[in-house]
Amino acid sequence: MNHPFDYLLREDRIPHIWCSGCGLGIALHSFLRAVQRSNIPVDKMAIVSGIGCTGRTAGYVKMDSFHTTHGRAIPFATGLKLANPNLKVVIFSGDGDLIAIGGNHFIHAARRNVDITVICVNNFNYGMTGGQSGPSTPLKARTATSPYGNQEPPFNLAYLAAGSGAVFVSRWTVAEPRRLEASISKALNKQGFSFVEILSPCPTLYGRMNKYTSALDMLVDYQKNTVINEKVNLKDAQLELGGKIILGDFIDIQPGIAGHPMPLSEKVELEHTNKKGTEDE
Amino acid sequence: MNEKDKSVLTGAHFINGDVACAEGAIAAGCRFFAGYPITPATEIAERMAERLPHLGGTYIQMEDEIASVTAILGASWSGVKSMTSTSGPGFSLMMEGIGLGIMTETPCVIVNVQRGGPSTGLPTMVAQGDMMQARWGSHGHYEIIALCPSSPQEMFDLTVKAFNLSELYRLPVLIMADEVVAHMTEKVVIPRPQSLKIINRRKTTVSKDKYMPYAAGARIVPPIAHAGDGYHIHITGLTHNEMGYPQIDMETHQRLVKRLIDKIRVNIDKITIIEEDGMNNAEVIVCAYGISARTSMLPVKLARKKGMRVGMLKLVTPWPFPEQKIRKISRIKGLRRIIVPEINYGQIALEVERCVAGRQKVITLPHGGGGTHNVEEILDAILDN
Ligand SMILES: Cc1ncc(C[n+]2csc(CCOP(=O)(O)OP(=O)(O)O)c2C)c(N)n1
Ligand code: SF4
Repeated sequence: MNHPFDYLLREDRIPHIWCSGCGLGIALHSFLRAVQRSNIPVDKMAIVSGIGCTGRTAGYVKMDSFHTTHGRAIPFATGLKLANPNLKVVIFSGDGDLIAIGGNHFIHAARRNVDITVICVNNFNYGMTGGQSGPSTPLKARTATSPYGNQEPPFNLAYLAAGSGAVFVSRWTVAEPRRLEASISKALNKQGFSFVEILSPCPTLYGRMNKYTSALDMLVDYQKNTVINEKVNLKDAQLELGGKIILGDFIDIQPGIAGHPMPLSEKVELEHTNKKGTEDE
Repeated sequence: MNEKDKSVLTGAHFINGDVACAEGAIAAGCRFFAGYPITPATEIAERMAERLPHLGGTYIQMEDEIASVTAILGASWSGVKSMTSTSGPGFSLMMEGIGLGIMTETPCVIVNVQRGGPSTGLPTMVAQGDMMQARWGSHGHYEIIALCPSSPQEMFDLTVKAFNLSELYRLPVLIMADEVVAHMTEKVVIPRPQSLKIINRRKTTVSKDKYMPYAAGARIVPPIAHAGDGYHIHITGLTHNEMGYPQIDMETHQRLVKRLIDKIRVNIDKITIIEEDGMNNAEVIVCAYGISARTSMLPVKLARKKGMRVGMLKLVTPWPFPEQKIRKISRIKGLRRIIVPEINYGQIALEVERCVAGRQKVITLPHGGGGTHNVEEILDAILDN
């Protein structure tokens, strides 16, 4: 039987490795729907992942796809995009990958306004290695390496992205698949550094450690706590264990003083050079 | 045409080794450079930043050397020849990217202008202490290609060569230069474009539905398809099958690792370059590379004047180590000693020892770095009975 997304999936790679109840399936589905909706030719799209459960996404999608090393999806994608500006380059990776080991690359790509879309699946822990804590783990949450409750405050990813210069920033949960799809499709059509954070249950590890009885239980919890507020001051959108989950397309701006998304077009580059030239004279 | 818009700056120039290296890269077709400033390699980046925008290329200064090496891998998968340059501290950070480049068979060039280590060490002064790191620094077992220039002219010539080798065998190729060669200013002659031999990676001719990114066949090196070509390739640093898909089992892993190693081992005689001078009937041979080969020339000449039969053996490609060639040399009748001066405490000397296998005495001439050997040190070692 055919599935409407067969043309975007590597059927020969199925079954996938994800646990039942994992939110990654919904995240991927929303992404594929957004790709379909965006009308970007698949031959001109490339997807880059780091390492992790989320990082495996690159291996399931039927487009040019790169499964790189842990944390390095963004610099790899930067090279890919700058060397071929005609490509639409999407990064699909986990929170540990993009924000812990890859955190420096993340803020710098946002600062440079590299024309890429970063989709970060935040499951509040390191899935692939067995559920350890990371820079997105909420205070007090239990993980394999914070058995007495996490002592470190987490990053607020959306706030970090905005502060670093991202021109599009959103956060949705996999319990809002339609809104998520619309948001990803906006990000794909945005020129410059766009960032979509997807909150997603890892029932096998984070869920079990934090007393959720099932994946469904986690989704219900998301829905119960969701507040859609696109006008929120992002500083106040920190995620806390059991707290309100503020969602929305928070930032959607034209590039600021940095001017133009990288790579600069030849025209822009020449303009810069010429302006500089006259100032010097 | 404006000089700046030319890819090959044909003619005689008075430039330093770093600039010659950048010009070699551009002449070879490099159009993407990502780097992070570090002495004594910075001038390579600065030259690329100045030149590439005029040639439709891209220069980007990344946030660190991990990002730099990873970005050039990405650029290479968009079909653009790419390079980065660094020195010891950055080279340490690049080990991860070298491994990814080896595993995914990504052509690119990495320049290490060696300075004194360990750690931040002697930023502005010469050493050759990273030779074994170049060979084994990334985890797992692999083969690598490294070239050692001994002059600014060779910085140009061997950079072109490095790109050719990386395109031909699909792997990161290392230029293991050093501070003296990089900062020495000399005459560098850049040939006309027609007389430069440039090799480009073999692209696939197989149809999109039949293409398998890692089906190499008898040639061992698979033909490539780039992102955007419509082949929907999948590339991973995990152990993978011919489709490029992760396949985590012993058989697939052994087949892959063996092929990655065979690419180099089977072609070792085509890859390795040594330069021999006065080897017939030599009683003593000085074996060196990079700046140390240059510093050995005068003492060799002086010893010959004193009537000694001294051979000079220069290793242009220390990696892969030219095993057979060294074995053969070690059988020269009447040969008594091979002296290996290098600016470390004995790295390549170990390889020479291994291949000589006790047939001759191998003498290490160590140097801790910060300068080159002086003439007397090498001369005394040659004359010493
Ligand atoms: C340099 C390096 N360090 C550690 C690892 C082990 N490792 C693999 S995946 C991972 C974390 C993945 O977490 P995340 O990015 O949040 O993705 P998830 O699995 O949760 O989707 C780690 C630490 C590695 N592969 N490479
Ligand atoms: S470990 Fe967690 S994140 Fe990984 S597949 Fe299972 S549920 Fe998903």
